[in-house]
Amino acid sequence: MMTRILELAFRLAWKDLRMEFRSRQNFLTVLFFAFIVIVIFNFAFEPGSPAIRESAPAILWVAFLFAGILNLSSAFIVEKEEGCLLGLLLAPMERGVIFIGKFLSNMMFQLLMELLIFPVFLVFFNIELRGGWLWFLLVVILVNTGFVAVGTLFSAMTIGLKTREVLLPILLFPVIVPVIIAGVRATGLVFQGSPGSDLGSWLKLLGGFDLVFVVVSAAVFRFVVEEAS
Amino acid sequence: MTPPLLQLQAVKKHFGEVPVLKGITLDVAPGEFVAVLGPNGAGKSTLFNCVSQVMRPSSGQVRYRGEDVQHCGAAYRRHLGYISHQLFLYGELTGLENLQFFARLYGVEASSRRLEVLLREMGLHHCRDRPVRTYSRGMKQRLAITRALLHEPGLVLLDEPFTGLDQHAATLLAGLLRRLRDEAKTVLMISHQLEHAVQLASRVLFLVNGRIRADLSAGQIDPPDLARRYMEVVEQSGGGRG
Repeated sequence: MMTRILELAFRLAWKDLRMEFRSRQNFLTVLFFAFIVIVIFNFAFEPGSPAIRESAPAILWVAFLFAGILNLSSAFIVEKEEGCLLGLLLAPMERGVIFIGKFLSNMMFQLLMELLIFPVFLVFFNIELRGGWLWFLLVVILVNTGFVAVGTLFSAMTIGLKTREVLLPILLFPVIVPVIIAGVRATGLVFQGSPGSDLGSWLKLLGGFDLVFVVVSAAVFRFVVEEAS
Repeated sequence: MTPPLLQLQAVKKHFGEVPVLKGITLDVAPGEFVAVLGPNGAGKSTLFNCVSQVMRPSSGQVRYRGEDVQHCGAAYRRHLGYISHQLFLYGELTGLENLQFFARLYGVEASSRRLEVLLREMGLHHCRDRPVRTYSRGMKQRLAITRALLHEPGLVLLDEPFTGLDQHAATLLAGLLRRLRDEAKTVLMISHQLEHAVQLASRVLFLVNGRIRADLSAGQIDPPDLARRYMEVVEQSGGGRG
């Protein structure tokens, strides 16, 4: 049963990836937006000033998450064209599979964008991670999990609305504030090279919120998507 | 007597305070081609949504082969083929990729060879590796029909399948639907175009204001008379909501 659910979810995610990399409609826009944010913030600060190092974690997450919003807001557009969402609802699978599939594809797009933008950020802000790579990777995965889970749900919720692009961040950011704060704090500790027990606390907090967000989003998704069809 | 394949028992559906289906009771026998006609807002699409598990009825039951479909879970949808004016196709995928994708969703072990045979039957083999967005409307509709019948469904639902088609594509589609009828597939079609119902259906229902107002069998479907009776029923019932 679980194998079948995962197989179908990966099929859905693979379909999204294949379509996106053929059309390249969305990903390049998202990538360029994240790059622009990094560049603008870099010019806003005096080179080498303490302020730039203190603000770097927040700037990084502003770039990642605001660009991520662009990706999330179009995640279901492709399903709305030609009634494909109804086509998925009519398929003999639980509606949660659609959520998992969309979550996986959104997560992959988000991580790929971050993978390409992060080296640029390191160069512009002159930051060395030294031995903190694994901690940073863990923070990135945890922040993205909460962000993408709630974002996927809200993206489905706003699919039929003309003001979708405006409404999505307004709905999403207040909900994921705890994840953003924990992500920024944890990233700051990793950048300072002093993980310690404080980092552990932030990671636990992120893990807790992720668990709640993923479970609630997956449970509510069915009702949202049936309404949206 | 053959037990009905599909049964609707006093199906009601409300959206908030607004009743859309007001107690639909209907038996569809295996091999029947039933056309449901009605004006805009009559509740035709809501009826289909209840039959296809996209919506839950507010009360009443939909039964397939005697079982309440709400208790069958997602497995029930394996028996449905849904053909609509919406195509359920991904423009950036090729025709073959679309079929492969939906075959997986329906758990059909469709080999590439079988899919190629189906595409050949539908006259789409030559463009199987082209993105669907480059297809004409008629080609897309044929691919959508192939997709909907890929898993050999027991019940085919046709939701306004002629909407948006030009004359050539509509003629092709009518031919394909005639084939379904001749193969004794059980079909439920909603439409507001009477001529297609006359050509294809073995039974015609008039759904107006959420109620079935007439149920005509093949012998009672007289083309010139059908339009007149339809107009009478609609006017007597106060038309659709729309």
